[in-house]
Amino acid sequence: MLQAAQRTTKTKMKKRAPAAVGGAAADTTAPPHERFLEAFRWMLLARTLEEKLVSLYRGGQITGGVYIGKGQEAVSVACGLFLEKGDIFAPLIRDQAGRSAFGEPLVDVTRTYLGSRLGPMRGRDGNIHRGHPRDNELAMISHLGAMVSVTVGTLMAKRFRGEKNFVGLTCIGEGGMQAGAFHEGMNIAAVEQVPLVIVATNNHYAYSTPNDREFACDDLVERAIGYGFEGYALDGTDLSACLDVIGGAVKRARAGRPPQLVVASVLRLSGHGEHDDASYVPAEMKRQPFARDCLKLAEQTIIKSNLLDPDTLAKWRKDAVAQVDEAVATAQKEPVPEADKEDWCALSTRHLVDHVEENE
Amino acid sequence: MSITYLEAIREAQAKLLRDDNRVFIYGQDVGGTFGGAFKATKGLAKEFPGRVLNTPISEDAIVGTAIGAAMQGMRPIVEMQFADFSSIALNQILNNAGTHYWRTGVPVPITVRLPSGGTKGSGPFHSQSMESLYAHYPGLVVMTPATVEDAYTMLIEAVAIDDPVVYCEHKYLYYHLKSDKLPDKGLPTGRARIAREGRDLTIVTYSAMTQESLAAAEELAREGLEAEIVDLRTVKPLDTDTVLASVARTGRLLCVGESFPWGGTTAEVIARVTSQGFHLLDAAPQRLNAKDTPIPYHPNLWSAHRPNAKNIVAKARALLRE
Ligand SMILES: Cc1ncc(C[n+]2csc(CCOP(=O)(O)OP(=O)(O)O)c2C)c(N)n1
Ligand SMILES: [Mg+2]
Repeated sequence: MLQAAQRTTKTKMKKRAPAAVGGAAADTTAPPHERFLEAFRWMLLARTLEEKLVSLYRGGQITGGVYIGKGQEAVSVACGLFLEKGDIFAPLIRDQAGRSAFGEPLVDVTRTYLGSRLGPMRGRDGNIHRGHPRDNELAMISHLGAMVSVTVGTLMAKRFRGEKNFVGLTCIGEGGMQAGAFHEGMNIAAVEQVPLVIVATNNHYAYSTPNDREFACDDLVERAIGYGFEGYALDGTDLSACLDVIGGAVKRARAGRPPQLVVASVLRLSGHGEHDDASYVPAEMKRQPFARDCLKLAEQTIIKSNLLDPDTLAKWRKDAVAQVDEAVATAQKEPVPEADKEDWCALSTRHLVDHVEENE
Repeated sequence: MSITYLEAIREAQAKLLRDDNRVFIYGQDVGGTFGGAFKATKGLAKEFPGRVLNTPISEDAIVGTAIGAAMQGMRPIVEMQFADFSSIALNQILNNAGTHYWRTGVPVPITVRLPSGGTKGSGPFHSQSMESLYAHYPGLVVMTPATVEDAYTMLIEAVAIDDPVVYCEHKYLYYHLKSDKLPDKGLPTGRARIAREGRDLTIVTYSAMTQESLAAAEELAREGLEAEIVDLRTVKPLDTDTVLASVARTGRLLCVGESFPWGGTTAEVIARVTSQGFHLLDAAPQRLNAKDTPIPYHPNLWSAHRPNAKNIVAKARALLRE
């Protein structure tokens, strides 16, 4: 908690435990089981939030798509959890857990999905395409691979300014790893020797395309060495492993080791988006070890090892639901953008805006 | 003393590096003792250690890196080796830099220098003019300096602007244009310049075509025909007012650009003048662009592919007969 509180002082984004008070320690040096519980709690919050988003979508209350990270919460939470104030986070499609752990307020999510004018994107962009660049949470563009080099640039700026002990972390899917921009981004990161961690999640599909039409190498993690990265494979269903491996990668990058690549293996436990029933995923695939639900596994560990009593667990669930309901209710009450009041201006330098009179 | 267009670009960058520690230069072969394919950064790596950096051949990542650095308060200048290769970086320039302020409220002050346009023998992939393509997308300022003075002051201005700027410097002008000294200040960004006054027709142009148009105007003057030349300086924003005011004086409009003919800057100027100043026109507005083929290698073909003083004169004569 102490460190979490310190992180909040300078930025608008609040880093806080999932429940308003009394959360588990948010300290990266916390004993493993405390860290495990904190991570679990963020995962629970992300899952609860995304289930709510799905039901809003099904009820026709969300325009555009809904993209969730079901099955990837353990990987994602570890991405957000070890970053500190001054670090850069460039999350991608399935990073609700990581975004929350990094400090993104829940209401940012609901405001963006519901198009509130008060959200960070003000109805100009939606769903997962959101961020707070001034608070170091970059706002992804759709084009996969593009955010890697952008993250490199943010780290170079920090180095130019003489900052120390910072890292950047960016996420990608195994599909995005095949984009040219991803190759260029990885290479330039290694050339510049910036303290970057790339966390790639192989969820075995890029939309409907399975691995055998995505790449032909044995193991994506072997690419690390070819770029001058250090590479680590990871069972993304295992929260402890995620915390160890991603936490270790962040630590090594911070300590000045070469850029780090982590490749986690999971199954996407949803459609690509909620419009997609994922009927192309064969039943046999769903029986594979990598298809297990990381949240359920974490909960089993908690119960088996008696890390929490059942009452507390139930309370955490209730708290998560309450937080989500509040974030949704807040965003639902807020004004949406109106075309005739919108500031149709794509430049910050107002006198350089081009005017086409016929359009006005 | 005489200073070329290319030296003006180098001097502007030296001044920027000297005056502003947020500035760094990022691009292929710009560093070391080499100083860039055209020597626009010659000597700068030595004078400003660690701030003029060679990059891998990764146009997407070069611009992406510049964008990230700009988000964190730097003022990067990217040199594309040739404008043509910026096609690889289109995604970062258009979809990342161009959308960022609109989406997030945080502007991205990068300057991307594009060595543009034709020189003979350069062929389809080292000759392109891409200003119209960039101008088509929101969120970018597109500069096309036509003089040594503008090359200098506009580059300094580009880096000062909080938004992404695509700065199209013309390779043909690099060595052909010379000036005695560099000014401290130029016209404001976004303001066109009357490069030559004349009463009979208006030629709206920019970049190297300004020089071809000025040569054409000399030729026309020998026949007693006075062309007014409007040098747009920036194609975006486009100074429609200055264009309309000139057309109000002459009643005739010819637009000349070096990029491909479909759509583009010349079409945009004509569309605006036609819809906002139809009553000012005594004849249908005309335009002249490169041909709708890739840019040829051989000088015989190349010199006919792009507009030049000779066919500008012919087009102007025909327009004046209307
Ligand atoms: C360059 C690019 N091409 C296509 C798309 C459309 N698209 C969005 S997500 C996606 C699949 C991504 O797969 P992966 O990277 O494995 O991530 P996952 O969705 O599995 O998390 C595709 C094809 C895109 N966003 N960017
Ligand atoms: Mg995938």
